[in-house]
Amino acid sequence: MRLSSPHLPVQPTVPQVMRRVLLGLIPGIGVMTLFFGVGVLVNIAIAVLTALLAESIMLKLRGRELGRFLTDWTAVVTAALLAIGLPPLAPWWLPAIGAFFALVFGKHLYGGLGYNPFNPAMIGYVVLLIAFPTQMTLWPTPLGVGEGAPSVQAVLTAAFGGSLDSFGGIDALTGATPLDHVKTQLGLAMTVSEAQQGRMFGLFAGQGWEWLSLAFLAGGLYLLFTKTIRWQIPAGVLGGLALISGLFWLGDADRFASPLFHLTSGSAIVGAFFIATDPVTASTTPRGRLLFGAGIGILTWIIRTWGGYPDAIAFAVLLMNMAAPTIDELTQPRVYGHKSGRKRRED
Amino acid sequence: MASYSDIARDGLWKNNPGFVQLLGLCPLLAVSNSLVNALGLGLATIFVLVTSNVIISLIRDWVQPQVRIPVFVMVIAATVTAIELIMQAKLYELYKVLGIFIPLITTNCIIMGRAEAFAAKNPLPKALADGLAQGLGFSAALVLLGIMREILGQGTLLHNAHLLFGEGARDWTITLISNYDGFLLAILPPGAFLGLGLLIALKNDIDRRMAQRAAQPATAGQPVDSAA
Repeated sequence: MRLSSPHLPVQPTVPQVMRRVLLGLIPGIGVMTLFFGVGVLVNIAIAVLTALLAESIMLKLRGRELGRFLTDWTAVVTAALLAIGLPPLAPWWLPAIGAFFALVFGKHLYGGLGYNPFNPAMIGYVVLLIAFPTQMTLWPTPLGVGEGAPSVQAVLTAAFGGSLDSFGGIDALTGATPLDHVKTQLGLAMTVSEAQQGRMFGLFAGQGWEWLSLAFLAGGLYLLFTKTIRWQIPAGVLGGLALISGLFWLGDADRFASPLFHLTSGSAIVGAFFIATDPVTASTTPRGRLLFGAGIGILTWIIRTWGGYPDAIAFAVLLMNMAAPTIDELTQPRVYGHKSGRKRRED
Repeated sequence: MASYSDIARDGLWKNNPGFVQLLGLCPLLAVSNSLVNALGLGLATIFVLVTSNVIISLIRDWVQPQVRIPVFVMVIAATVTAIELIMQAKLYELYKVLGIFIPLITTNCIIMGRAEAFAAKNPLPKALADGLAQGLGFSAALVLLGIMREILGQGTLLHNAHLLFGEGARDWTITLISNYDGFLLAILPPGAFLGLGLLIALKNDIDRRMAQRAAQPATAGQPVDSAA
């Protein structure tokens, strides 16, 4: 820990920030492993290994210092954020290809750490979602639903190319996620409350998923408490998502799921605290952060409700990444002692 | 006056329409999802480019400069209509696959670009050579991208070859990777952009190495123009 005089804040270094983010992810990863099986850990391990390999190859090709950039934990965080979005019954090459694209195309081709306009983890995720739609939907049924979380053997068989027939086949192990399910049922002219019947749903959202969201929320609060992230982006994302889903829900509760369901389903919480807050690709002004977050929340709801994919944090984050420079430009804070506004009141 | 070797080098490498001028990107990106499609559109573009260059070079002394663009457009549109009708008659299946991109050759900037920059100022043999070189350069870019995307996307080469070469070519398909699930991204539009970017980067890298080798005795470490 570096020390400074009382009035000078200590800026944490990049490795410090990254280590805190990883610490913050631990409760979420733990709960996820409990409900969805050890596939989560397998995915993370494969993604991290591939990411470090891709990072060292790219650093070498670009003639950069290997030791310093390889040990700054950024590649590990990118890989971990990508891997927790992948279904825990994925074949091994899924996290590997995702991490490769995230690091090579999302990060290094743009100039490496600090120069990438898009969140690298989300680039990797979207590449996988577009290229391998089938494999990306193989979510195992969580603990307490159907067969429950898949066993270690089942996970390893799925990851390394074996046949899942001895475990009852892929259909016995996987199921629709709550977001998927609600979307399909609404398409069949059911109401939201009818769609949310059944064992798949827990106290207030999907069985298992709600606890996962709470665990990520705990990790996110840790990041807030240690001032690793500012409050504006998570508040913006969750506020934007709650606001728009709340408005439509109040208008027609049969056709639109409740804000609570939206906030605790899919990757809304992890997106708000861990993904949207990437210091490189998010807005940097206080008001800009709020706007940036709100944009992600609103886009997420729009894509979830009317789009072709069940969850939408990744697309929403990438779209808002594009808008971040403009948002920053338009929300420059007033410099103390100067008038507000840009050159408007020059007299 | 450009020599024939200059014309050839310009079209095929130094000033390649696909990789350097970045003209005609719309068909280049949209139709390069398989080798046969790429080859089909490449041949059509070569035909249009050569014919329009020849006609424009022949009439260049009679066309008033004020109205040259509309005249060129009409010449190009007429040529494209001709090839569209020929394809409809002889290669109907391929014509259906390429669809709107056949008539869109009219708006391909390379055709107008060569008409304006070269054919309108040069005698017939040179204009013909330029049309051929530029067309081949564009087709080469198209075919390279097509090969790359077809292999990555579905693990085959020359799939649907019968569309271009007739019924006898139906079994020309080379399966390079059997039991391949396919990397859908390579077939979809983002794959075209990524592939083109990588190919341009490769070309720039080759150029840089050649320049370095040429300048070895004099100066080392030329500034590198970045790409992709």
